[in-house]
Amino acid sequence: MTFLNFLISGISLGSIYAIIALGYTMVYGIAKMLNFAHGDVIMVGAYICFYAVSRFNLPPLVGVILAMTVCTVLGMVVERLAYKPLRQAPSLAVLITAIGVSYFLQNTALLLWSSNPKVFPNFFTSGSGETAKTGVELFGGQLKISYVTLFTIIICIVIMLALTWFTGKTKMGKAMRACSEDKGAAQLMGINVDATISMTFAIGSGLAAVAGVLLCSAYPTLVPTTGSMPGIKAFTAAVFGGIGSIPGAFLGGLLLGVIEIFAKAYISTQLSDAVVFAVLIIVLLVKPAGLLGKQIREKV
Amino acid sequence: MKSLKLNKTTRWNYLTYLLVILAYVILQVLGSTGSISSSLKGMLVPICAYIVMAISLNLTVGVLGELSLGHAGFMSMGAFTGVTAAIALQDAVPAAPLRMAIALAVGAAFAALAGFLIGIPVLRLNGDYLAIVTLAFGEIIKSIFNNLYVGVDSKGLHLSLLSDKTNLAEGGKLIIAGPMGIGGIQKISTFTAGFVLVMITLIVVFHLVNSRAGRAIMAIRDNRIAAESVGVNVTKYKMMAFVTSAALAGAAGSLFAMNYSTIVANKFDFNTSILVLVFVVLGGLGNMLGSIIAAAALTILPEALRQFSDYRMLVYAIVLILVMLVTNNPTLKSFFSRFKPGNRSGKEAV
Amino acid sequence: MKKKFMCLMMAMVMVLSLAACGGSKAEETPAESTGSSSEETAAPSGAAFKLGGTGPLTGGAAIYGNAAKNGAQIAVDEINAEGGAIQFELKYEDDQHDAEKAVNAYNALKDWGMQISLGSVTSKPCEATSAETYADRIFALTPSASATAVTEGKDNMFQMCFMDPNQGSASAQYIADKGLATKVAIIWKNDDVYSKGIHDTFTAKAGELGLEIVSDTTFADGNDTDFSVQLSDAQSNGADLVFLPMYYQPASLILAQAKSMGYAPTWFGVDGMDGILTMEGFDTSLAEGVMLLTPFNADSTDERTQNFVKKYQEQFGEVPNQFAADAYDCVYAYKQALENAGATADMSAEDLCAAMIEQFTSMTFDGLTGDGMTWDASGAVSKSPKGMVIENGAYVGLD
Repeated sequence: MTFLNFLISGISLGSIYAIIALGYTMVYGIAKMLNFAHGDVIMVGAYICFYAVSRFNLPPLVGVILAMTVCTVLGMVVERLAYKPLRQAPSLAVLITAIGVSYFLQNTALLLWSSNPKVFPNFFTSGSGETAKTGVELFGGQLKISYVTLFTIIICIVIMLALTWFTGKTKMGKAMRACSEDKGAAQLMGINVDATISMTFAIGSGLAAVAGVLLCSAYPTLVPTTGSMPGIKAFTAAVFGGIGSIPGAFLGGLLLGVIEIFAKAYISTQLSDAVVFAVLIIVLLVKPAGLLGKQIREKV
Repeated sequence: MKSLKLNKTTRWNYLTYLLVILAYVILQVLGSTGSISSSLKGMLVPICAYIVMAISLNLTVGVLGELSLGHAGFMSMGAFTGVTAAIALQDAVPAAPLRMAIALAVGAAFAALAGFLIGIPVLRLNGDYLAIVTLAFGEIIKSIFNNLYVGVDSKGLHLSLLSDKTNLAEGGKLIIAGPMGIGGIQKISTFTAGFVLVMITLIVVFHLVNSRAGRAIMAIRDNRIAAESVGVNVTKYKMMAFVTSAALAGAAGSLFAMNYSTIVANKFDFNTSILVLVFVVLGGLGNMLGSIIAAAALTILPEALRQFSDYRMLVYAIVLILVMLVTNNPTLKSFFSRFKPGNRSGKEAV
Repeated sequence: MKKKFMCLMMAMVMVLSLAACGGSKAEETPAESTGSSSEETAAPSGAAFKLGGTGPLTGGAAIYGNAAKNGAQIAVDEINAEGGAIQFELKYEDDQHDAEKAVNAYNALKDWGMQISLGSVTSKPCEATSAETYADRIFALTPSASATAVTEGKDNMFQMCFMDPNQGSASAQYIADKGLATKVAIIWKNDDVYSKGIHDTFTAKAGELGLEIVSDTTFADGNDTDFSVQLSDAQSNGADLVFLPMYYQPASLILAQAKSMGYAPTWFGVDGMDGILTMEGFDTSLAEGVMLLTPFNADSTDERTQNFVKKYQEQFGEVPNQFAADAYDCVYAYKQALENAGATADMSAEDLCAAMIEQFTSMTFDGLTGDGMTWDASGAVSKSPKGMVIENGAYVGLD
């Protein structure tokens, strides 16, 4: 039973990594840039939702929608101001700019919302008052799954399917894939590359807001640096699954979470991070493009 | 045409040496007359260490063309092994400069070894996958040093992992104490030692880049398949650049660590790797003088911004973004290139 | 081309920064101040003692640095408003919880003309700056850097908080004396000096006292969100008390996750746990029954504490934690020592250092964080930690 409990904790953690990784992978796939500021957009989303719900007593759903709106706009503005002028620049220049944006968001958050941790409210309860339940119990209480975990997994799957459908079937999605293959050719085919990339950032940042709310619902302390470590872990997860691949990000995130928990439980809590990264290295050596990544053959 | 170009590179290299020596002399003169602030004085050694870090990473990123996000791991390796050597030899080698040199050599040697071991798997990968694996190795090194206990007593060195099981004899001393890192380090790093290390680094890197091996390395960067097809041993040359880069980073780590009385593994994390990468990109890929100036400027910048108090790091972030935008702005670039008619851009390493 | 252009740019930036660095030295009468409020109250320069400190004002540990800075600021404002013989000018510099930046920050303070120092807020940076203050003969009294290495071998480095080993052994002693538990679990932060220091002495002392440590697990910076493994390890080994030598932010997550697991042992914390009740949005019922050793209690009915808490809330909109209280005490301790020594603001840092060493080893000080505090020559403070238990969302003193 402890094994199952650990598995559930792992999936719970992993599904949050997965949802962040989906945003990473979207942006990477189309704009071919590692958006290190993604983790900080998550933090902004969580703060917006926190203030909407705790300070202004708005219903949680409104808070989430507000957070998504703000993050979407933020994502587009950042893209327009900081990344678009660098479209022709080498990819490393964009990477550094993304790091600059990350510092900027963290320090703005520090000035606006102070360094004192905020405790995020748990929306996912049934019942009220003293009898409020935060999860379902199976096997006479031996196995507990919190509602946050259930919701995160469901939302994660829904988002993954929606993104797969969106990029596969819709016109905009096809434009995105075309841009990711070859920007020049896409432009010649009449695709507005700038608008497509902007749209990608909008979707990625909107997803980040959802991820922020879920992250802070599951692990409720909120500080200006909340997003940075999960951001790096999710980036690792995205590479693990094959960066650019939507199902890959999902799988990579889940596996990373499960491996992390199992490493803590069965190897050592002190070395768990080392174990996670060692597994990552081994996987990449066996499958150099990640679990579900496409192995692109080099043109000679 | 070819010889002309070579001359240009050589000229550029000599200019770099000259500027570094000039900077050293000026700072020494100013320092002896007491006209530089203690703030700047305190930063001289770390600046030297960061310059060496930047040059060595530039070798990997700019010359070899592989993105590394775990360079701080080698720095960490050099810092911990170098300081351990310095402390262990405290009685055997009383002369501080000599002990310092030994520590730097030990740090470089261990970092080179780590670079070699890591290089075997890492260099088989390409692009962002290579980047993430270096990141992973950086984190693993950090995690190991956070759990490593090293002590020294009359019987020699004792190592243990996870908890302190060194069981030191009477009079023994715990050097690396896991998460507490190393404490009570004698501050034997000096600006002169830093300067010498920068010069050695420049000599090593310039000689490597301008040698047959260096040309092979750049050929691999520009087109691996073409290089392979003309018989360049890709693994060998990649490894050569990577290990050199790691060794220099290790020496930089030793220098850095011995400038502070205490050092912890968490100092050499992902953020430090990124910081050094920022120096390299800002200074220009493959441009060593650029790396030197960028490392110095960006180390001083946050200190110079102290007058902004609460807004300091915010201003730093904005400056960073603006510098990237301005230096990559096509209009500005062409505007500046008008002043140099004979020198068309587009041939640059970036 | 680009190379040259870049170099030009960078050279300009460098010249500017150098100029800025040199410039700050020339300013003998700094008009700039640390906080918003200090400007009105700062005494005319020349008549005030220049008091400096470093702490993490940005980054992940910013809560602690800002709390200390704000606490010290209130004390300085109060003292300056009284208009006595001792006036202070306070400057806090950001060290981002990093030894390297702390030394930079310290050097910047030295350029500003710092006469007496508040050390650094967190342990590792303070270890680095204390080596500098020792070499430069500037007296330092840190509000909160509690590691032993901070004061070790330095005659001019003093602490306002109690040292990590004391906390660890005091906690073990308390648990054994009160018979709170026989099987103890510890969850500690593996990459933190503070947590590690307390953990080590706690386990040593617990061994002597016959407490059985059944579970000993860790977490670190990168994986401080999920504690299910650590908690189930404690639970399955039958620990009836869990010792948490850590700051309140991870502790709040542990309490929440334990509750959702249905695990309810006795929780025992150290002074870093203080502040948990005042986190915005924290469900205080989670902390019900948590015991902790803390020198400061924001709910105290003591008049000085209430006055301090009220001022802090007015100025910064938050309830102060023990970092703020410790820093506040530091400033008042300095005031008392300087008065006793008859020091004047035109004395050099070195003379002040000698005078302060003499005062601090002989005087007794009453502050917010304890009455009758004394210091020994090693720099450690003698004040006994108060045992507190959280009942109905407030601290209640344990006997």
